[in-house]
Amino acid sequence: MASAFRRGSEALFDPSTEPRPPCVSRRPSRAMLNLHRVYEQNRQRVQQNLKDGVKVPEPIAVPHAKGKPRLLLMGQRRSGKSSISSVVFHKLPPNETLFLESTARIQKDSLNSFMEFQVWDFPGQIDVFDNPAFPFDMDAIFGEIGALIWVIDAQDDYLEAVARLNATILHLQRSYQHINIEVFIHKVDGLSDDYKLDIQRDITIRIQDELSDQGVENAPVNFHLTSIYNHSIFEAFSKVIQKLIPRLGQLEAILTNLCRTCRFEKAYLFDVNTKIYIATDSTPEDMASYEICSDYVDVIIDFTEVYGSWQRTPEWRKRLEGPPWEQKLEDQVACEWAESGMVLADAQRPIMLREVDRFLALVAIMKEGSYEKMPQINMNVDVVVKGLTEFFEITKSKMTPTAVPGGVTAVGGNGVMNGHGVVGDGR
Amino acid sequence: MADYDQPTMGASTAAAAAHAQLKKVKKQKVLLMGKSGSGKSSMRSIIFSNYLARDTRRLGATIDIDLSHVKFLGNLTLNLWDCGGQEAFMENYLSQQRAHVFSNVGVLIYVFDIESRDVDRDLATYVNIISALVQYSREAKVFVLIHKMDLIQPMTREDVFDRRVALVRRKTAEAVAIVRKQKPEVSGVGVGGLPGPGGGGGGGGAMMAGSLPSPELSTPIPDLEVEMQLFATSIWDQSLYKAWASIIHDLVPNLSVIETQLASLGVAIDADEILLFERTSFLVVSKWTSPEGESNPYGDRFERMSNILKAWKHTCSKYTGTPRNAEQFSDFEYKMGANFSMFVTKFTTNTYILVCMPPGEARFNSAKLNVAAARPWFRFLDGPMIAPTAGIGSSQMLSGLAAAGGEVA
Ligand SMILES: Nc1nc2c(ncn2[C@@H]2O[C@H](COP(=O)(O)OP(=O)(O)OP(=O)(O)O)[C@@H](O)[C@H]2O)c(=O)[nH]1
Ligand SMILES: Nc1nc2c(ncn2[C@@H]2O[C@H](COP(=O)(O)OP(=O)(O)O)[C@@H](O)[C@H]2O)c(=O)[nH]1
Ligand SMILES: [Mg+2]
Ligand SMILES: [Mg+2]
Repeated sequence: MASAFRRGSEALFDPSTEPRPPCVSRRPSRAMLNLHRVYEQNRQRVQQNLKDGVKVPEPIAVPHAKGKPRLLLMGQRRSGKSSISSVVFHKLPPNETLFLESTARIQKDSLNSFMEFQVWDFPGQIDVFDNPAFPFDMDAIFGEIGALIWVIDAQDDYLEAVARLNATILHLQRSYQHINIEVFIHKVDGLSDDYKLDIQRDITIRIQDELSDQGVENAPVNFHLTSIYNHSIFEAFSKVIQKLIPRLGQLEAILTNLCRTCRFEKAYLFDVNTKIYIATDSTPEDMASYEICSDYVDVIIDFTEVYGSWQRTPEWRKRLEGPPWEQKLEDQVACEWAESGMVLADAQRPIMLREVDRFLALVAIMKEGSYEKMPQINMNVDVVVKGLTEFFEITKSKMTPTAVPGGVTAVGGNGVMNGHGVVGDGR
Repeated sequence: MADYDQPTMGASTAAAAAHAQLKKVKKQKVLLMGKSGSGKSSMRSIIFSNYLARDTRRLGATIDIDLSHVKFLGNLTLNLWDCGGQEAFMENYLSQQRAHVFSNVGVLIYVFDIESRDVDRDLATYVNIISALVQYSREAKVFVLIHKMDLIQPMTREDVFDRRVALVRRKTAEAVAIVRKQKPEVSGVGVGGLPGPGGGGGGGGAMMAGSLPSPELSTPIPDLEVEMQLFATSIWDQSLYKAWASIIHDLVPNLSVIETQLASLGVAIDADEILLFERTSFLVVSKWTSPEGESNPYGDRFERMSNILKAWKHTCSKYTGTPRNAEQFSDFEYKMGANFSMFVTKFTTNTYILVCMPPGEARFNSAKLNVAAARPWFRFLDGPMIAPTAGIGSSQMLSGLAAAGGEVA
């Protein structure tokens, strides 16, 4: 019912099924609520700074500010903004982005996960800073903590895109310094590695030169080489989102510790829905490890969808709980959460996955030959999962319906994995 | 224990009956035809050579015929004739090489590119190919793949496919009619089915076919019919696996033995579903589903599992740096709390097995033991040499079950 690995039924390509639901939206978890609270404190601090600080003329009127970090997708027309948002947040198969239509107005999505995000996809043709006919309320756009994701089509002439980006950075540096600027050099599939780096260097220099001419140094500009046809777009989003997570350091410490005690090579905490990793241990970044762990999450989602999303009959349960077992199914299992282990053939290297809550899963690559130690490892993992849950825990008294956007009552107790095959969210 | 005797005995009898056949390696000539660029070499590379869909962009046009021998399980070899589709080659197949290409064919796979602009011409060529096929290989089965469906808007795919199916069926009937030495009933069937371009194409096909050499056909064959199946496919999703699993399904020898034994295993370990995959292609060779498992709403789950596991194999190969054709994973377990458990594991030399079953630790462990114990039972899948007698298989099976029972108590 409330597993991270459940989602609405959607077939990749099955003409007989209905179009996939527009957005995977779920009720907030305790984890999310907690982050929400921590986040709220940060946000208030930022806005306080804004008020005390430089150039905010009026008290900020952000009536819709719900305290959700905001990801703003901007860039030239056809640079790939809508494709990115559809692939990452709506699970659209990349090749189906060919059918996307040009975006006419700002598309606002709300992404409910371990933390709530807003994703705003802007039409390429409008310039929010220079739109005399309908001036935009800047605060309404940039007033929240978050990131501006500027998408540049690497397979196209990018001079104008860079010029517009420069203008945008200068605006933001003046009034909204809390916005991280993330440049996605996009559509790099099919480009050679050398060429990719050349482009990145060229764009970086063009931006630095322009900014320093304008007297701006050390603007928080980050670059990512991305494509919707591989993992790079998910990796880039992971990095973007990690910067917005409060107390990330503590999360990382938990994972680093786990790797040491269990002799794991690498561990990731995944947001199952988006395959964004929200934290990893302190060993160096490794794209290959991220890819295999991310694909592992995909396989588990698919298995769950195919075999875990239909209601078994009462007779089935009755038979299985009858002789010789004489036990409720719930008591016959060792772990009430989704758990999985897989052994790579080359060096008998296992990879394990363990569901943490309804949004998150822990995936770790283990050292060669450690499959025999699974029982001890599982015990350690149990402890860490508990720690993670505590990390995201909110005191019971704070769990009031009003604290939840949308007014849905939060789940009391641990409601994960005890359902019996209800498609989607269940009750 | 007595409960398990019934299916086991059934399997033994069937195994004994098929025993004589076990010694032979079956060879099958499979023609892969269709216009140039329609995707023939792409699908062959994905299914049998572990290409990724996007790797196929690198494939060049096939020159003349690309012959490959695909070993499928121990006792079936597919002689795959990938026939380059450029017009000059096609004409050559229909004239000079006609007897060489079209005799002794077990299966013809004909691929239509759904995006092709010149449908009439494609269909005319198709009619000629079918005529040649039924002329030289009356028993051949025909699989028509309406390919590149990913390029069609998802909402209209079903319609587009249905319309194309009707058209192809009508053309097939025309082709057969030509060989029967009867005039194709263009006025009767054609106009009613699809006016305009379809009718024109029919005329073209009949004319071209009329000019072909057909010396062997001295007498009409009134009862001639073509066994045909049509599939909507794309290299970008699991539809490809559905089509190819159907293609190989009828070619696999001893299918009934495999099915019976899989069923006994399924009942014995209390599974909800068992799938048996060929190890390289991950095509489903055989499957068994419990009555409970039949209520699974995902009718496409078999090809989906092929696709998922094949993709997973790629991921592993990329990570380990070992060749794609090498074995990539040996064991995959997944327990979804009190909902269900499953595992995918190396089974015989040529196969992987997937078992989906009810939750429970003890049940899971005994199922794994029993699957391991049942391995010798299926060893005939690995080659004609080592077929065990049915007796050995069943006794090992039973001893495996005894172990499981002990664990429960
Ligand atoms: N969009 C899409 N493209 C495909 C599909 N299948 C194949 N292609 C592409 O079609 C192109 C031609 O594929 P081939 O497999 O070489 O075509 P072929 O039928 O072997 O052509 P000949 O050898 O000349 O007869 C390649 O660039 C493939 O990537 C598909 O399902 N969808
Ligand atoms: N090759 C390639 N094409 C892409 C990629 N991302 C998007 N596209 C294509 O770019 C085109 C424009 O995308 P769209 O999302 O509508 O652009 P937007 O105007 O910025 O929202 C579409 O045809 C996409 O399929 C990518 O990573 N690689
Ligand atoms: Mg757009
Ligand atoms: Mg070819």
